[in-house]
Amino acid sequence: MSQNVKEVLLAPILQNNPIGLQILGICSALAVTSKMSVALVMCIALTIVTAFSNLFISLIRNSIPSSIRIIVQMTIIASLVIVVDQVLGAVAYDTSKQLTVFVGLIITNCIVMGRAEAFAMQNPPGISFIDGVGNGLGYSAVLMAVAVIREFFGSGSLFGFEILPLVTNGGWYNPMGMMLLPPSAFFIIGLFIWALRASRPEQVEEADYEIGGHTALTRAM
Amino acid sequence: MSDSQENSDSKEPATKNKDSLANILTVALGVCFVCAVVVAGSAVSLKPTIKANKELDRNKNILIAAGLFKQGETQESEIDGLFEQFTVRVVDLQNKTFLTEDQIAAANLDISKYDQRKAAKIPGMSMELSNEQDIASISRRANYSVAYLLEKDGEVERIVLPVHGYGLWSTLYGFLALQGDGNTVAGITFYEQKETAGLGGEVDNPSWKNLWVGKEIYQDGAVALKVIKGAVDKSAPDAKYQVDGLAGATLTSKGVENLIAYWMGDEGFGPLLSDFKS
Amino acid sequence: MFEYYLSLFVKAIFIENMALVFFLGMCTFIAISKKIETAIGLGIAVVVVQAITVPVNNLIYAYLLADGALAWAGLPDVDLSFLGYLSYIGVIAAIVQILEMFLDKYVPALYNALGVFLPLITVNCAILGASIFMVNRDYNFSESVVYGIGAGVGWAIAIVVLASIREKMKYSDVPEGLRGLGITFITVGLMSLGFMSFGGISL
Repeated sequence: MSQNVKEVLLAPILQNNPIGLQILGICSALAVTSKMSVALVMCIALTIVTAFSNLFISLIRNSIPSSIRIIVQMTIIASLVIVVDQVLGAVAYDTSKQLTVFVGLIITNCIVMGRAEAFAMQNPPGISFIDGVGNGLGYSAVLMAVAVIREFFGSGSLFGFEILPLVTNGGWYNPMGMMLLPPSAFFIIGLFIWALRASRPEQVEEADYEIGGHTALTRAM
Repeated sequence: MSDSQENSDSKEPATKNKDSLANILTVALGVCFVCAVVVAGSAVSLKPTIKANKELDRNKNILIAAGLFKQGETQESEIDGLFEQFTVRVVDLQNKTFLTEDQIAAANLDISKYDQRKAAKIPGMSMELSNEQDIASISRRANYSVAYLLEKDGEVERIVLPVHGYGLWSTLYGFLALQGDGNTVAGITFYEQKETAGLGGEVDNPSWKNLWVGKEIYQDGAVALKVIKGAVDKSAPDAKYQVDGLAGATLTSKGVENLIAYWMGDEGFGPLLSDFKS
Repeated sequence: MFEYYLSLFVKAIFIENMALVFFLGMCTFIAISKKIETAIGLGIAVVVVQAITVPVNNLIYAYLLADGALAWAGLPDVDLSFLGYLSYIGVIAAIVQILEMFLDKYVPALYNALGVFLPLITVNCAILGASIFMVNRDYNFSESVVYGIGAGVGWAIAIVVLASIREKMKYSDVPEGLRGLGITFITVGLMSLGFMSFGGISL
């Protein structure tokens, strides 16, 4: 079962992206991406939690009884999240205020649980850790991409550094207010998925119906 | 028991039955113990740091309101030193007086732990506001509030008061700093709000907050300070009672005006501040 | 007083909708909204679980975890609030499990209808999110009950509406790359924009 480390690490970025293909971990992707600095902290937090939870769960995977499997996974994940949350409050208080509940919500972030079930329970610790990092990277890629667009067009800045001088600060750029509102994240991710699937048609979903023509003539053609 | 061992489909030989009661209990207790130790350990060791951060953050906001902390100029390390000049007083909002040390002890208040927000929800420590009283839409008001005074050579230079009120989406929490006369605004800051980013959220924009410096609150004993729509006509006689409204954020601006009206009025700190005017 | 609870209820459903304003529970929201029946089933399950877990977590927080909460046991200086996340998720998992067993025994028709959704709810961010919000906002017990039900109802309304739209969209000519997941995201974005019009309503 020894997969190529590089493959495990890099596949989740484009081929098997947790957000774009597996539909996991969307909640936080939408809410924390209005500022790049906040998104970055979230990415780091999630990658750490996924990697280490994969590691620990994989270490005891042969001993976990199936009847308490889910709750044991949750306990490990929740403990890791609490530790990360505490460290954040101590080291980067301002950012932790902006992340508010979303660090706690990493517990229910489907990526963490999803990878624990799908990978860590069946694979040795080393490669599980790498898988956790890989999926964390895939998640971070989407999050940072969305954050770049939202912060640049919404505030004219990147990582807090003003690039396009705002009208309210005496400049010329009238910011695209909608980028700072939550729905914009949905639109951006939708467009990302479109671009991703246009370049990798194997990810396109099957149609439920074949749409027929309008008239008998076009149908006949 | 042995049946399940033979039937269990495993890739490696099952050295013990995973689903036996003994194993369930062992794993459950083991995981709980390890997690508990790790979590408790990190919580206990980091708690002082987090608490210190929280206090530093609050003190920084008080200093920003008072005009003593300039973003980009003042260093974070100076905050503690600057804040030490302030005296923390407790205000009795029902009787409109400052409490002495004895009265604070008699009321069983611990200033370092007093949380005005939490107290506002406890029936014994707060009062419900009627519709007419509740200008700032806060529903309940705590009986006691903290106030921060800066005294130099026996003269009060700054009075920093915590204020809060409802905007459009959320309750805005901030500090209003007044000069020693209890009438002129020295500064204002909102450290917590969830208004629309870029619109109402601009209440925390330094350029807007700077507009407040020097404005006056009271005219003939009543609160006259208003946040108007659009820009203030600087040549008008009433200009010192007006602040520019936030573009595209009428409701948030109104919320700010309302919270000033409440806390500076007779129901809030008004009667207390009139002592300073004289 | 009634006005206050009504306002809290309406706020939880529309102005602070768990799915469309805070984006909680998105994974199941997007994955299970293909058919209206399944969406309704999941919605009801969410309402029930929310209505039970938020008040229960409130009691646990108020009497066991909060700073000074253990005063009744003679330990007024103990602050166990850091155990919050562990305790809430544990409670949620336990309650979902108990609910499953209860339904299986006493209301088997409903149990069969909900099928696999009940266990899925445990990892639904919206459930944990509601408990976390309840703690952050210092709700008391009655507020928790109202908020729990309201938050659940809001989420349920959102998923049923999305399912109805998606069922109609099956007959639309969506570009290949947008088919399924992509167009769903854009639809939800528009729904979210629509729900923003509820802002500023005060009862």
